Amino acid sequence: MSSDSTYYVPEQSKLPIFASLGLFLTVFGLANWLNGAENGPAILFVGFLVFAFVLWSWFNIVITENLQGLNSTQLKRSYVWGMGWFIFSEVMFFAAFFGALFYVRQLALPWLAGEGSHDTATETLLWPGFVAEWPLMQTPDMAANGENAKVFGPDHSMSFAEASSLWTWLPFWNTVVLLTSSITVHFAHTGLKNNNRKQFHLWLGITVFLGVVFLILQAEEYLHAYNDLGLTLSSGIYGTTFFMLTGFHGAHVTLGTFMLLVMFLRAILKGHFKHDDCFGFEAASWYWHFVDVVWLGLFLFVYILG
Amino acid sequence: MAHGPAKGITRWLFTTNHKDIGSMYLWFSFMMFFLGGIFALVIRAELFEPGLQIVEPEFFNQMTTLHGLIMVFGAVMPAFVGLANWMIPMMVGAPDMALPRMNNWSFWILPFAFAMLVSTLFMEGGAPNFGWTFYAPLSTTYAPPSVTFFIFAVHIMGASSIMGAINIIATILNMRAPGMTLMKMPLFVWTWLITAYLLIAVMPVLAGVVTMMLMDIHFGTSFFDAAGGGDPVLFQHVFWFFGHPEVYIMILPAFGIISAIIPTFARKPLFGYASMVYATASIAFLSFIVWAHHMFTVGIPLVGELFFMYATMLIAVPTGVKVFNWITTMFKGSMTFETPMLFSVAFVILFTIGGFSGLMLAIAPADFQYHDTYFVVAHFHYVLVPGAIFSITAAVYYWLPKWCGNMYNELMGKTHFWLAFIGLNLTFFPMHFVGLAGMPRRIPDYALQFADFNMISSCGAFLFGAAQVLFLFNVLRTITVGKKASDEVWENPEGLEWSVPSPAPYHTFSTPPEVR
Repeated sequence: MSSDSTYYVPEQSKLPIFASLGLFLTVFGLANWLNGAENGPAILFVGFLVFAFVLWSWFNIVITENLQGLNSTQLKRSYVWGMGWFIFSEVMFFAAFFGALFYVRQLALPWLAGEGSHDTATETLLWPGFVAEWPLMQTPDMAANGENAKVFGPDHSMSFAEASSLWTWLPFWNTVVLLTSSITVHFAHTGLKNNNRKQFHLWLGITVFLGVVFLILQAEEYLHAYNDLGLTLSSGIYGTTFFMLTGFHGAHVTLGTFMLLVMFLRAILKGHFKHDDCFGFEAASWYWHFVDVVWLGLFLFVYILG
Repeated sequence: MAHGPAKGITRWLFTTNHKDIGSMYLWFSFMMFFLGGIFALVIRAELFEPGLQIVEPEFFNQMTTLHGLIMVFGAVMPAFVGLANWMIPMMVGAPDMALPRMNNWSFWILPFAFAMLVSTLFMEGGAPNFGWTFYAPLSTTYAPPSVTFFIFAVHIMGASSIMGAINIIATILNMRAPGMTLMKMPLFVWTWLITAYLLIAVMPVLAGVVTMMLMDIHFGTSFFDAAGGGDPVLFQHVFWFFGHPEVYIMILPAFGIISAIIPTFARKPLFGYASMVYATASIAFLSFIVWAHHMFTVGIPLVGELFFMYATMLIAVPTGVKVFNWITTMFKGSMTFETPMLFSVAFVILFTIGGFSGLMLAIAPADFQYHDTYFVVAHFHYVLVPGAIFSITAAVYYWLPKWCGNMYNELMGKTHFWLAFIGLNLTFFPMHFVGLAGMPRRIPDYALQFADFNMISSCGAFLFGAAQVLFLFNVLRTITVGKKASDEVWENPEGLEWSVPSPAPYHTFSTPPEVR
């Protein structure tokens, strides 16, 4: 138990209500857009600007407070707890999508194809001829309705074909890039801890670069999927799970890269972070390790065993 | 930090004070309680007698949906968060919540989210009409266009809940006064700590499931569409993985409140403090492995039915520990029955009834008969109304003198209690009978043999509603012209919150108190 007697409680702040307004306008605009209202994109854009500006100001204030020495060790611990449990909530978000993948592969598809005693009628009456397989190339709709089907499977899947082609397999290189970046961000951390600014800057810069490389490779893979493999978001449940899992991961990598980039700019332009006071950087690097771990799950369950 | 509240409206808009934010949460929840209550009365008015008389079936469905959503996410959850805001810093001897600005953000998201949700009533195609559980494909393929707004409202209120939960965890784990060890914390703090973990674990899953809906509706994915290889039942699995812990999110803090009030009015320390902590943790753990008991009739394998049946029944053990402890606390105590105590004793009795009907529903083969009947409605209203709502009401009467410095009117409080008690039993008890006799839920019309019980239910509902108006009046009267309360308010109550003056100063425990 800490005995610090002064826990800094900030004065009134305009940030929260404008953050709420920005968040609201963003989703309200997006919902309008999706429902085909003309003003949707405009509202979304305004909302996003408000939200981005508030976040900018918010971090600005938090950093300034820390530089002013207002943050006691106890307060810093609150930020640590906050970031830690935020990452846990992100883990649970991915758990929902991984859970959906497992459920569909292991239970729903075999049942649709008539396995088990309780719903063979589904297969006989609704989807005659459907065979469960993974990756699911032929949807139940195709099995039952042939050319008249509405939901088609992909022409090709993304799963791992054979060991000999490993070196030309893009997901493998993506894995290499992302795993390496987790190590480089750790080198950056070590550099900072040892008061070696040069090492810190260099390895952090390399990490951001690797993050960008990953995203470019991922975009390349998506283009390949859409253009050459006939694999899209609407290619039945395989396309659904493939793009939703890798897509949300990619979105998190984007956010993580952005966070690390901000830390990089703060470090080289403003000289922020000291060897014993660098939580902003540490939080971003935790987040980075987290997206790395999620990728390992994806690599295993979506690609290798895919 | 030294001065008091700012003047005017900006005090509330820009505040970082846990007491202000707590008050806003509580008032917001009270407003939503009345709005959700009005929707409930529309339902009960339509069901007063058989036949369709007041509303269209389509609108009836919107009422059942919005009543559920607003009561769960707008009334009960924010009320508990409001109580957490007010009480946790004072109970653990902290100067405020750990992250005060984020605290205000968590609150202010809610008015926006609910404005968006309620505005769907005025949209083309009407409000969401698929029930608060929004099962696919009703909520995807067959949903009105307003479902998109519903999805985003859920997204941002989920963000609010996650931030609130993180704040509560950081406050409890990091901000306790010296000497306030974990096993000295009041049970309200303990139950909220565990609830906060439930929130962090399941709100993202809710966000996941509504995201899947959004993708199915607007981007052609096949999560819940068997034609593409998905499965509508997948929706139910993901939803109830969130949904079952969610119902404990709405009851665990209630356990904490009751565990604070009963010892005060029985004038005995709480019996079995440590077992209460372990029971709460056990219930929270079990809540993650029972979700499919909501889906016994959907077509899951026999082994699944058995597993979820036995796991569900296990919950009766820690819950039984709690009820036993409350009763044992009262045993041979010098009991008095002020309003908070009346609500608490009623909680113990009526919540237990809801628990027993839950056990009946947990029996998989019997559930095939009960599923989707009014018996289920009776069950969850017995755990939520005399459970969550009564505990919140008890908490308001118990701590209101500390919050505003004035004592409520006891006679009016007791009248409120008896009206609410009679009203809710009249409303919900007959639902057990019509449910067992086969009346389905979420239907605007019903067969003639259910007429008498439904008429009684409707009368009870209006009585219960009227009692809440009296509650509102009593609260307003207390704040404006109530008699001064003493600092201790009650006779020798436990807890740091009673060691500060009434009303509690704007800032309490700027320097942490010493806890023995």
